[in-house]
Amino acid sequence: MRDFAYARPASLADAASAFAGGGEAAFIAGGHTLLPAIKSRLRMPDTIVDLAAIPGLAGVSREGDRLWVGALTTHAAVSADASAISALAKLAGAIGDQQVRNRGTLGGVIANNDPAADYPAAVLALDAIVETDRGSHAADDYFQGMFTTALADGEIVTRVGFRVPQAAAYAKFRHPASRYAIVGVFVARFADGVRVAVTGAGPGVFRWTEAEAALSANFSVAAVKGLVLDDGDLNTDIHASAEFRAHLAGVMLAQAITDC
Amino acid sequence: MQTRLTINGASQTRDVAPATLLVDLLRDELGLTGTHIGCDTSQCGACNVLIDGESVKSCTILAVQVDGAAITTIEGIADGDVLHPMQAAFRENHGLQCGFCTPGMVMAGIEIVRRHGPNVSAETIAHDLEGNLCRCTGYMNIVKAIEAGAKAMGEAAHA
Repeated sequence: MRDFAYARPASLADAASAFAGGGEAAFIAGGHTLLPAIKSRLRMPDTIVDLAAIPGLAGVSREGDRLWVGALTTHAAVSADASAISALAKLAGAIGDQQVRNRGTLGGVIANNDPAADYPAAVLALDAIVETDRGSHAADDYFQGMFTTALADGEIVTRVGFRVPQAAAYAKFRHPASRYAIVGVFVARFADGVRVAVTGAGPGVFRWTEAEAALSANFSVAAVKGLVLDDGDLNTDIHASAEFRAHLAGVMLAQAITDC
Repeated sequence: MQTRLTINGASQTRDVAPATLLVDLLRDELGLTGTHIGCDTSQCGACNVLIDGESVKSCTILAVQVDGAAITTIEGIADGDVLHPMQAAFRENHGLQCGFCTPGMVMAGIEIVRRHGPNVSAETIAHDLEGNLCRCTGYMNIVKAIEAGAKAMGEAAHA
């Protein structure tokens, strides 16, 4: 790898100034997306700013109707500690493999916003609030397509507040080698309606509004029978065609409803 | 960059270039070549080491990130000439053929015992080995070895 400067600040303010003065800078949390991207020269930062020494960025806590997860909480820790939303814990426990889960973090995943990542589906379906060092973003405004978010340059995700649902489940058809979602569907049922988020299928996570309307009226597999995503907006790659992804989304939707 | 390293119980401070991966520091600078580089893309698990007791792919972490942490490699788990119970179980159960993946498999086995205890089932072991690849033959004896190693670690802990 090309050499770079490395800083490990102990506060958010110091992290922001290290980033601002670092030329082309990148934050690192678990590094399990950033380091592979650097190895393949998709990213060539001048400076890496490590967030690991900043206190208060990891952990899971319940506050009223929200479950807050610190940005530096590892997938392994979410899997173990997010039992208040079992679908979230289960999702975290099926990211990558155990070694990846010991390092990868929630904040890293959603700052990167890979279109096949699992967490964006949970953040969007669970109507989450993404808090940062500068303010907060509603999940509906946060995800803006492939590798794009509402974060400004140098803005740091600090924690994510997931709304605790009455019931929720995540079903994914996972790529057998990478364990990323070829299609993942997260269904969350609240007193005021149902939210459905789809990841892996399109250029970024999105809500499946037709499924939400049908399930809000009648929460059953029968209510969404025959509902098919428009494959015109979906991805085609070596793993699956857009048409197959549209089909899989229906299968994963039914699975998630059943698991709720 | 001055980095405090505790590797297999021995502490030292070294000047480390920030772009150095932990696995490259271990192999090229410290001569600890038991940790292998298989895929270099965090999929195969040949480079697994323990960082503060948790298994991590050392090809996907910078050496400077482990400043102050305790690293355990395959060289650090035996007690002198006495193999670690997980190593002994791999030998006794023919849990290796060419041996390339074995250091990472042994570390993954120790992680499985940390997470699931000494009576972990073969099914759980097979599932938790999803981050380790063996390209020789298969996983049957590796799973058997970890099952036996887990039990032996449990017995050793109560001895």
